[in-house]
Amino acid sequence: MSAVMITRKVRKWEKLPGKNTFCCDGRVMMARQKGVFYLTLFLIIGTCSLFFAFECPYLAVNLSPAIPVFAALLFLFVMAMLLRTSFSDPGVLPRALPEEATFIEMEIEAANGNVPAGQRPPPRIRNVQINNQIVKLKYCYTCKIFRPPRASHCSICDNCVDRFDHHCPWVGNCVGKRNYRYFYLFTLSLSLLTIYIFTFDIVHVVMRSVDSGFLNTLKETPGTVLEVLVCFFTLWSVVGLTGFHTYLISLNQTTNEDIKGSWSGKNRVQNPYSHKNIIKNCCEVLCGPAYPSVLDRRGLMQEDSPASETSPPSSSSMNSVPQTTKTTAPLIPNEHTPDDVKPSIADSAEKTPSPKEEESPAPKLPPLASPETDAETSIIKDKAH
Amino acid sequence: GAETFHNLQELRHSASLANKVFIQRDYSEGTTCKFQTKFPSELESRIERTLFEDTVKTLNNYYAEAEKIGGQSYLEGCLACATAYLIFLCMETRYEKVLKKIAKYIQEQNEKIYAPRGLLITDPIERGMRVVSFECHAAISPIHWSQKYKFKDV
Repeated sequence: MSAVMITRKVRKWEKLPGKNTFCCDGRVMMARQKGVFYLTLFLIIGTCSLFFAFECPYLAVNLSPAIPVFAALLFLFVMAMLLRTSFSDPGVLPRALPEEATFIEMEIEAANGNVPAGQRPPPRIRNVQINNQIVKLKYCYTCKIFRPPRASHCSICDNCVDRFDHHCPWVGNCVGKRNYRYFYLFTLSLSLLTIYIFTFDIVHVVMRSVDSGFLNTLKETPGTVLEVLVCFFTLWSVVGLTGFHTYLISLNQTTNEDIKGSWSGKNRVQNPYSHKNIIKNCCEVLCGPAYPSVLDRRGLMQEDSPASETSPPSSSSMNSVPQTTKTTAPLIPNEHTPDDVKPSIADSAEKTPSPKEEESPAPKLPPLASPETDAETSIIKDKAH
Repeated sequence: GAETFHNLQELRHSASLANKVFIQRDYSEGTTCKFQTKFPSELESRIERTLFEDTVKTLNNYYAEAEKIGGQSYLEGCLACATAYLIFLCMETRYEKVLKKIAKYIQEQNEKIYAPRGLLITDPIERGMRVVSFECHAAISPIHWSQKYKFKDV
């Protein structure tokens, strides 16, 4: 009897766990909810189109043709940064394969020793010393790994992300190690674009009003009112956000660490990753190496191996090592799984946003970060308070 | 044909009897990619300590080279930014170049040193850069090893 070979090539992205959506055969990777991202696109493209249609003809003739040219370049840069942030892998850490997960479980059980029945085993934490600072590495029950320092599990995308900053609904993706600099450049260039359009809107209205009067100007270029409104509200939020992230970069901190107050100075803890030099910190974050994706989305799945990347354990390949990951691992993890504890975590006021969110004129719009959904954190914090 | 199929089955069967040792990351210097050079007890009978340490140290050096923040990385970063990072669509980043070197190095090490001792190293990039995994197999004839390698490359 001959084996039946599957003729369709299955790429690895099709079998990746987590709640991401993929496009272009795995080249594009985004979060599931993209509504706010479309709003961002609409606002940027819409406002710029109005600017090019209404203001630019007048300004190019009466002031300088360089104005629309520079606006176009800036607009293209903003779009490039936005798309790069939204479409790239933020630094997702792949889940542990069954053997690695088992190995870690065995190490944990060896370290814990015998736990009396009925008692909760100690929290799964590994201590490492980084630059004379003790950093606690927490275990992720979903991904079955000890998270590297600065990594965090995003509950919206259901992935552990390296150097997790926050999940940004405006770009429709997590912001992490691989796309943080694109995100920062996006907010920076968008601030510049907003200021630019706002300024030249005012200039245009003033210049035209001198000739034809204020009300006539508004009638001739109705787009101006819309542009000014959008720019006004965008200015407050985006410029504030850029300022906030500039501050974070100069200290080499992530939004996640800032929200949780990891390095706020309590108990003499200091940020072990900071070079204590603003220039060095900026250079590391913005001009550091371009990290590769470890996800291998476009690799081909080996057809005749029973989907080794996905969670159902392959039946034939593990006969000497029993499948302890799912069954004999402490039963208590079911209580600790992120989904159960998610609603009860009151770490931060941020919550997962609804898809159709409106721009709010808050002076500084805090990035909507998803709190780390680890039960141990809340338990330890509760004990500490 | 049928013979290849039989060999592949045998390989997979032997893989199922494999014990895997995972060398974890060493975070003592921060988040840069570095693996622990401590010699695990499970490999004591399989390979000499110095060879193991050499391999891990060389890997660590490669990763340090890839992640080095200096003149070249600034140049790459600024140039890429000036082109709105479109240059990455046609140019390979320095990190990717080093990763290719690492893949070649690991294959070399496997062929020359580890396969003859019944061991197989997996490239850390296939495990999310978290671990270097050493698979211990019962003694298998070299021809199956080269077949396994070809199987892996495909």
